[in-house]
Amino acid sequence: MIIELPQVGESVTEGVIGVWLKSVGDRIERFDPLVEVVTDKVNMEMPSPVSGTLTAILAAEGETIPMGAPIAEVQADGELPTDAGDTPDSPAAVEPSPDRIGSLLTDVAPVGPTGSGGPISATPPPKPARSDQPRRYSPAVLRLADERGVDLERVQGSGIGGRVTLKDVRSFIEQTIQSPEPSADAPPAHEERAPLSPVRRMIAANMVRSASEIPQAWTLVEVDVTGLVARRQAAREEFQRREGIGITYLPFVIKAVAESLKENPLLNSSWDEDAIVYKRRINIGIAAAAPDGLVVPVVHDADTMSIVGLARKIADLTARARRGQLDLEDVQGGTFTLNNTGALGSVLSQPLVNHPQAAILTTEAIVRRPAVVGEGIAIRSMMNMCMSFDHRIMDGAEASAFINSVKARLEAVGPDTGLY
Amino acid sequence: MREEMRRDDRVFVMGEDIGARGGVFLATEGFLQEFGERRVIDTPLAESSIAAIALGAAMHGMRPIAEIEFADFIWPTINQMVGEAARVRYGTNGKMSVPMVLRAPQGGGVRGALYHSQSVEAFFAHTPGLKVVTPATPYDAKGLLKSAIRDEDPVVFLEHKRTYRLVRGYVPDEEYTIPIGRADVKLEGQDLSVVTYGLMLHHCIEAARALESEGISVEVVDLRTVRPIDRETVIESVRKTGKALIVHEDTKAGGIGAEVAGIIGEDAFEYLDGPVTRLAGPEVPPMPFAPTLEAEFMLSTDKISAAIRRLAAY
Repeated sequence: MIIELPQVGESVTEGVIGVWLKSVGDRIERFDPLVEVVTDKVNMEMPSPVSGTLTAILAAEGETIPMGAPIAEVQADGELPTDAGDTPDSPAAVEPSPDRIGSLLTDVAPVGPTGSGGPISATPPPKPARSDQPRRYSPAVLRLADERGVDLERVQGSGIGGRVTLKDVRSFIEQTIQSPEPSADAPPAHEERAPLSPVRRMIAANMVRSASEIPQAWTLVEVDVTGLVARRQAAREEFQRREGIGITYLPFVIKAVAESLKENPLLNSSWDEDAIVYKRRINIGIAAAAPDGLVVPVVHDADTMSIVGLARKIADLTARARRGQLDLEDVQGGTFTLNNTGALGSVLSQPLVNHPQAAILTTEAIVRRPAVVGEGIAIRSMMNMCMSFDHRIMDGAEASAFINSVKARLEAVGPDTGLY
Repeated sequence: MREEMRRDDRVFVMGEDIGARGGVFLATEGFLQEFGERRVIDTPLAESSIAAIALGAAMHGMRPIAEIEFADFIWPTINQMVGEAARVRYGTNGKMSVPMVLRAPQGGGVRGALYHSQSVEAFFAHTPGLKVVTPATPYDAKGLLKSAIRDEDPVVFLEHKRTYRLVRGYVPDEEYTIPIGRADVKLEGQDLSVVTYGLMLHHCIEAARALESEGISVEVVDLRTVRPIDRETVIESVRKTGKALIVHEDTKAGGIGAEVAGIIGEDAFEYLDGPVTRLAGPEVPPMPFAPTLEAEFMLSTDKISAAIRRLAAY
């Protein structure tokens, strides 16, 4: 039977095929992880819907496949093998030709001393092709791949059972040579081409989409977080002891953002050509580094959670993001994105809006520096917040109202700010 | 043969019914009238003596063309050909050689059954000291036969009898020779090499041309000589295509296909993109008499096409 890429999650129309976890010829049980599928910045493992033997892989790694498209063939238990696809061939026309090979005459009486008879023909039944071969490469394929530096995992096989043939490698080389500027020269020795991982490809596509579709404006505010720093410091030991996790600034920021989004719903919307779509839920995505690239786990309904609740949720999401174990729902449905670029030491950054959201906010590094307080100068903990926003949806006034609302909330944090 | 006999009066023909009758396939029709009975000798039904007389004449400076009426009757010559003729040059330290040709029509598909259908090339091709030629086309047959007659060593020249009337092709009147031991790429292609010889060449070419429309580009290599085999041409073709199918009418085990496969394995291993495959006659002692069974025994364009498709898809 044909295995199709299943519909996973709302608003997902296609997926990128990641690593195949089974090879052609492998025995698979129902619900065995079959292939990694990368959608909307997350890796999911697609389980096999049946038990049987994997007979063909129809979608190569890195290929973008629409939901519902065939990706593999499994000979399910009890299913008859498909035939090799041999079709009876038509007899070629025999024409007398003056070439040196000569030609076969039809309908001539056979020579020889013992009898005669009509023309002889035979059509043997085609033997079924073996399709239970494990994935192996022929010497010719290995040699050419080695010579030309081809990563065979990226080459889609057209041979029996999906085998990568010499022809496949040759056309792969032709295509990869043609795709950049066609140059007669071999690639220079001081360069190296690293193939894209599916995740990298997906991130790249999203970034291009953001940069090319959204007219983005940018703003920056300074936030005096001296009170926040003191509050966190004071709560630290007690929090660790009682909750078993550390307390960071992030839950405070998310809470401030969630509350400010409630006040400024335009920031929690998306552009849809003939309408602005306001989102009723406030789901805040948090950009995080993962082993194979950026992921954005989402804190759903962030406006309903306490500081502790947020801290727990963040701890869980970031731990799983680092291990690459996020589920699809963990990364779906974000309505606004927060990026703590300060963790990387940055004091100023210009993020790209996470398409199709309305805005993205960064919190930069907290720096102790002199600041004017009242009539005097004091050493304060200062933090920059940067925001890029979709200028189609809003103008500077709305953007500033929002970011100043966040700023005010963060600056209001003091010794009495509750955590529960 | 006529041209060679006119050119060189050391050349003579001998065999059963070759004189007055002009040969069972009329290969020597009119020879008796033109060259006389000293050079066109009808022999008794004794193949061992045909080969032995030719061997002796050749050792004494003549250039005999001895005909075995059907290759099926060639077995009594084994002692003369394998045991003696092949070894004379070595045994005399190069002082003597045996410039003889043993001609024999062979092969099946002619309702010849057990005693008029055999393919014998592999038996002789195993023997160092012999050359074994298996032409497939009229053009090659003339050029190779001239080379065989002029060769200083014994040549077994095996003509597929079905090609006598089944194949028509261009033969120039003028003088030319084709070197023994040189294969010929009869059809150029990219996807797969078919190595063959004799009658099967024509079925292979027919199959290859038909498969063009399916997008399979087949190169057809005609060995022409099965001893010595032209390693270079075979290797060059397989290095280009990465796949080899060897086709012969003779049975598979220990056949020419095994030798070609061995050559490919030795010298083209790193270029292989598929299993070296043999399509050959079944492991059955004789060609059956029943037409249905004979058809089953013989290879055909259909069988070859199916084998090419399988290997091309691999």
